[in-house]
Amino acid sequence: MNGFLVWLNSFGSPEKFHRVALRFEPWLLGLALLVGAVGLYLGLVKAPADYLQGESARIMYIHIPAAWMSLFIYGFMAFSGFCALVWRFKVAELMAMAAAPIGAGFTAVTLITGSLWGRPTWGTYWVWDARLTSELVLLFLFFGVIGLYNAIEDQRKGARAASLLALIGLVNLPIIHFSVNWWNTLHQGNSINLFAGKSSIHPSMLWPLILMALATKFWFGASLLARTRIALIEFEAGKEWAQTALFGPRRPEA
Amino acid sequence: MNPTRRRRLVAISVGLLGLGIASGFVIYALRENMQHFISPSDIALGKAPQGHRFRLGGVVLEGSVKRSATSLDVDFVVTDRFKDIPVRYTGILPDLFREGQSVVATGTLEGSTRFIAEEVLAKHDENYMPTEVADAIAKAKAQKDGQP
Repeated sequence: MNGFLVWLNSFGSPEKFHRVALRFEPWLLGLALLVGAVGLYLGLVKAPADYLQGESARIMYIHIPAAWMSLFIYGFMAFSGFCALVWRFKVAELMAMAAAPIGAGFTAVTLITGSLWGRPTWGTYWVWDARLTSELVLLFLFFGVIGLYNAIEDQRKGARAASLLALIGLVNLPIIHFSVNWWNTLHQGNSINLFAGKSSIHPSMLWPLILMALATKFWFGASLLARTRIALIEFEAGKEWAQTALFGPRRPEA
Repeated sequence: MNPTRRRRLVAISVGLLGLGIASGFVIYALRENMQHFISPSDIALGKAPQGHRFRLGGVVLEGSVKRSATSLDVDFVVTDRFKDIPVRYTGILPDLFREGQSVVATGTLEGSTRFIAEEVLAKHDENYMPTEVADAIAKAKAQKDGQP
């Protein structure tokens, strides 16, 4: 535990974070674009159409990875916020706040693609069932975190208040995940069960989904590092390392 | 770990645990109200509100769909494989509506024996299959049924 904290602490140095992030960003972005392109091609072109829904089932190659990301990013944001609250790591604060808009984006994509799929499949864009409603609450939680962070003048205090809100919203994650098991919903149950073994989805349709899930993870990594890095430079704009990072090493005055 | 951090860690953890338990109770208390629809068996048990709109969910019984020749009226039976209830709907049904598929219908009970639907939505299940696979399964099933 202590070794982990020391490691985390060393990573918590803004300058080191900046250096490491800058090294990883292009790789993550490249992987995201590459894997995403392959996944989209397999999903939208190569994969077979569904026996019942036809071509509109292809929306799931966007919808399901985006939905996973919306939960994953919320969990990450809350964890980062927890570290920020307990250990007051500046990097953890900025990371939690940098994750929020990305998560809100993925949640919005989930809701929009889901509603576009719902119209031809169910016959309606929206119903107030437990799954759809709890996912909408997740979007509002992301908005709440972003709003609270920006509403408080002192940036560090704002980040901590927003982190607390993120932690409180954590109860929504199991509700979203299990809503389809706990209650009758119009939304179908989970098609993919990586842990229980059998998925009720044909392998030819599963592979593009897995690739898209990986691509969105890489995308999140790249986007998170870039956003956190820039927030750090903004926050420590007066410091030597930030000046060097922006304008290169200082030359002796002529 | 220094005492301040330990105190914060404990305070936040206890807070989250309490919140978790509280939400658990709330969800448990609300479980009936969180249902999106009720089943034909629930109606048989008298759980359906009389004179109020509610949603009925179940499977369209095979061979029960009767379309009117002169209007948009459709009659069909919704079943949960234990109890059945006849449904009357006037309008255009979603593409996925078919016998053996799940539906969620919004409407009211007429008497206690027939459901008058104002809206019918198709419910999709979690199974995704290529058309070829579905055809192959149907063919294999037909072959098996055909054999003595």
